[in-house]
Amino acid sequence: MPTNSIQAITANRLSDGMVVYLTAQGQWSERIRDCQSADDPGMAEALIAQARQHAESGQIVGPYLFKIARQDGHPVPLGRREIIRTTGPSVGTDLNRSKPRE
Amino acid sequence: MYRYDEFDHAFVTERVAQFRAQVARRVSGELSEDEFKPLRLMNGLYLQLHAYMLRVAIPYGTLSALQLRKLAHIARSYDRGYGHFTTRQNIQYNWPKLGEVPDILAELGEVEMHAIQTSGNCIRNTTADPLAGVAADEIDDPRVYAEIIRQWSTLHPEFSFLPRKFKIAVTGAPNDRAVTRGHDIGLRMHRDDTGTPGFEVMVGGGQGRTPIMAKTIRSFLPVDHLLSYLEAILRVYNQLGRRDNIYKARIKILVQGVGVEAFAEMVEAEWRHIRDGALDLPAAERDRIAAYFAPPPYEDLSADCPALDGAIDADARFAAWVESNVHPHKRAGYAIATISLKPHGGIPGDASAAQMDAVADLSEEYGFGEIRISYKQNLILPDIPKADLHALWLALDSWGLATANAGRISDIIACPGLDYCNLANARSIPIAQRISERFADLARERAVGDLSLNISGCINACAHHHVANIGILGVDKKGTEFYQITLGGVADENAAVGAIIGPAFDEMQIADAVETIVDVYLQQRETDEPFIDTYQRIGPGPFKEKLYAPDQAR
Repeated sequence: MPTNSIQAITANRLSDGMVVYLTAQGQWSERIRDCQSADDPGMAEALIAQARQHAESGQIVGPYLFKIARQDGHPVPLGRREIIRTTGPSVGTDLNRSKPRE
Repeated sequence: MYRYDEFDHAFVTERVAQFRAQVARRVSGELSEDEFKPLRLMNGLYLQLHAYMLRVAIPYGTLSALQLRKLAHIARSYDRGYGHFTTRQNIQYNWPKLGEVPDILAELGEVEMHAIQTSGNCIRNTTADPLAGVAADEIDDPRVYAEIIRQWSTLHPEFSFLPRKFKIAVTGAPNDRAVTRGHDIGLRMHRDDTGTPGFEVMVGGGQGRTPIMAKTIRSFLPVDHLLSYLEAILRVYNQLGRRDNIYKARIKILVQGVGVEAFAEMVEAEWRHIRDGALDLPAAERDRIAAYFAPPPYEDLSADCPALDGAIDADARFAAWVESNVHPHKRAGYAIATISLKPHGGIPGDASAAQMDAVADLSEEYGFGEIRISYKQNLILPDIPKADLHALWLALDSWGLATANAGRISDIIACPGLDYCNLANARSIPIAQRISERFADLARERAVGDLSLNISGCINACAHHHVANIGILGVDKKGTEFYQITLGGVADENAAVGAIIGPAFDEMQIADAVETIVDVYLQQRETDEPFIDTYQRIGPGPFKEKLYAPDQAR
């Protein structure tokens, strides 16, 4: 199976808007390494259905599926937008504003 | 400066209380995101890539020292220690927490500020010439009219759900420093044959995916008819503007569709019903508002300033700063100073809380405690005695705020781009940083002279790339960022939309491409000819030839 068919779920946390990922335990983590990956469309459907319930109950906002790959056993996002969402702004050096995120 | 009256205070306080209750209902689950989203947007709160973003209105770009200190305090206490000044003379905070936003709005209310109508399909913050009230070429202070428009447009019941957002810009001077033709309505002051001031009314400008410069529908409107005429324009738009297609909903599409003459006739017909009525501005009311913008207590100073001349002779860096960042003031012995928020390699428009506090202090020490925000994302101190310019510059330098590049190639307007923005297709800030670093050498940047370069991270064109001499638009091609160049845009009274020069460049090529364009200009220019004049004289050909020459690695 090509690696870019693996997906995971991301959203923004309601309380502070932070980027979060749906974990295998049905929790939301700020670390992409905690995400539950879906290797097939059926699992992806199940995960997004679960995430939408969490959106309805108000934990998170705007959940969606995005593509990931695995590097050294860890999930990494594909595409510039998701890379930036995962790592934070690429430009936070001059005012030292960006909190590092794993 | 305008001061809130009891009505203004009560209104803003009430809005904060309403929003606090709305946030509480959202957090408790009583409101869904679909229900809450329009409510938060009405209060300037967006949800961006990494976090919420709060956009705070700075009416016509004028701030007191007290207000700027409050903005610094908010950056420090509720955000990550900085704020981002925008092309609409607003400030954005990139990391507020939802639960704390009502507290931020309450703090803003304490200094007569808010975030109302900084989003949504309503009349947004009215922008104005940042040199209002002090520019040597000014006919009348545009802030008076911008404030009158603010009062009329705030929560205007008929215009709270327009087909699309609506932006108005006002200038009181013949030299346009507010990009009036780039707005839904642009107002430019003129005098008639009797010397009476009035407005040229321009309608249907905008950038975005369909850049159009506003067309004049009335060459002279007496100022007392300002609101009734604006109301007539908004009525025609509200009735006929498209609501079925977001890309065709702006007034520019309507004006283009029906034709400018037909549109003007519809406005005039509507105006005939409402002119000479309740919206006409009595002279006494105009004067009451104008009194808030009365000139500060200037001293009688000599136009000659040997101390300034001596400092210019003694310090080449200061001399360069005066050359680019200091502008003529209408009062003898005073000057207007631009504080560049564009350090070479820095983030355009960002200021730290400490820098904001420092500028607030300096505005009181050397001026009258007033600060302006320009659409070019810089700060301006409007009333500095010439004799104090060197001391001001030394203080600014210690805060990293003395970059001598106002109006130069590194004075780049950049939107937040894909580093922050949910709508962006590509990053803007790192490209701005890379390009500005190429021109960090003072002598080189001075040799290039005045040249505008703007970078937008998507077709919405928040960074005004269409009207930059060199415009850069970030696009996404199959997951990779590319940058398309337009040349020949102009943002002043001769406003024009630039033309695409050719295929886009990738992230690694774009700074080289800009250098190539500058090299062609330097080779081709005649004595003292600015970039735009050279471009208009020689056309795109020589630039295109060099940019896409076979030996250029692309």
